[in-house]
Amino acid sequence: MEHGSLTDSSASTFSIMEEDHTLANSVRFVLNQDPRVAFCGYSIPHPADNKVNIRVQTTGDPAKDVMKDALQDLMVMGQHVRGTFDKAVADFKSKMPAEQMDVDVNQQ
Amino acid sequence: MENPGGSSLPAFLELQRTRVLCKADAPTHTEGFQYSGAFAAMGVDTSVSVEKFCSNFKIEINRLTEEDMEFDMIGVDASIANAFRRILISEVPTMAIEKVFMVDNTSVIADEVLSHRLGLIPLDADPRLFEYISDDVPNERNTIVYKLHVSCEKGSQRLTVKSGQLEWLPEGSQLTMASPAQSGDNQRTYTSFGQSQQNTSERPLGVKYKDITIARLGPGQAIELEAHAVKGVGKVHAKWSPVATAWYRMLPEVVLLKEIKDGDAEELVKKCPVNVFDIEDLGNGKKRAVVAKPRACTLCRECVRPTDDQVELRRVRDHFIFTIESTGALPPEVLFTEAVKILEEKCERVISELS
Ligand code: SF4
Repeated sequence: MEHGSLTDSSASTFSIMEEDHTLANSVRFVLNQDPRVAFCGYSIPHPADNKVNIRVQTTGDPAKDVMKDALQDLMVMGQHVRGTFDKAVADFKSKMPAEQMDVDVNQQ
Repeated sequence: MENPGGSSLPAFLELQRTRVLCKADAPTHTEGFQYSGAFAAMGVDTSVSVEKFCSNFKIEINRLTEEDMEFDMIGVDASIANAFRRILISEVPTMAIEKVFMVDNTSVIADEVLSHRLGLIPLDADPRLFEYISDDVPNERNTIVYKLHVSCEKGSQRLTVKSGQLEWLPEGSQLTMASPAQSGDNQRTYTSFGQSQQNTSERPLGVKYKDITIARLGPGQAIELEAHAVKGVGKVHAKWSPVATAWYRMLPEVVLLKEIKDGDAEELVKKCPVNVFDIEDLGNGKKRAVVAKPRACTLCRECVRPTDDQVELRRVRDHFIFTIESTGALPPEVLFTEAVKILEEKCERVISELS
């Protein structure tokens, strides 16, 4: 849910249910790298609530678009991490001698 | 002084930006510079765009076995690395025993304690093959059924019940529900499997380790029960956590601030419990201390006591040594990719909610 102003779209608070530091802190990092962002931060209003508030203030662009771009960037980063990791694992496995390979204990 | 990050900031600022310093009394420069425009006034752009991230990001695998792995994740902020760690511990799903139907338990272990022990047993079932169970009836797509039926004969030795004695029931529950008035319902069991689970995976959906002690039975005691395993995540209960633990540490960097010779060098080498330092022989009886294995440093700070003017302890801010210990359902490398996928799904969910 977005809490913003009707006349000024450049500052908004996004309330996200069922999320915590995991997503909020990562998004805050990505938002901080965006030159359009003047301020951003997040808080969890109460530890028993399953909710997080992310505040975004921009230099003029709509906060919602900036937020969406940040999430999109985070997704691209995730895909890149996955690709790099899979490649590293494949390289590592091909370098290992055969007898050291993963052998499932239940299949022996 | 060298300029570790390669940007054009003055070396002392670059050091503050890319390293955490561990002084004798407390660490300094722990926060880093979050804001991308922190050095804009100096004409230096330290922001991390996606393109920059992709070109700098590196992964090096150090160890990979069926149970655990260690790798170096380089060029990533702590917030992202921490997101992966948090997801690994509490949001990657696994299967675990959730419901136990006691038919008979005359052992000294109370029903609830026994059930709890059963819940913690790692199962060799790929959670990706199953669905979450909602209010609907347990079926072959969301439940795995196990049976345990052991008894200790009167007059015999005490018996140890091991996890290997849990028997997988691919056809579903064998217990019939308390019979209602109509006789036709007599055959209803606690699950309604449409088909057998025999072909769900290549391996039988057994327990991962067969030698976990569940209970001990004295002569004349018996346990008969049926256990139903369902899919869940670690934030609901730790039994669903797919990792024994997942953690990271920042890469240590140990720097000698001045030449340390002879007696002082030997003293320094002796101070370090994990042998980070070594002695270099300069010939004609002269010796010098060198940093041989900075990676082994545990940050005990013994070498910066009582003064920290000889050695400086640093951590590289964007280099993480990541360790994952799997409990067995999935190999550690699969767990990590699953965790990254979950982070992507979170982003996707919020994007679609905002649209
Ligand atoms: S902090 Fe401890 S482990 Fe690290 S180099 Fe100093 S003495 Fe060795």
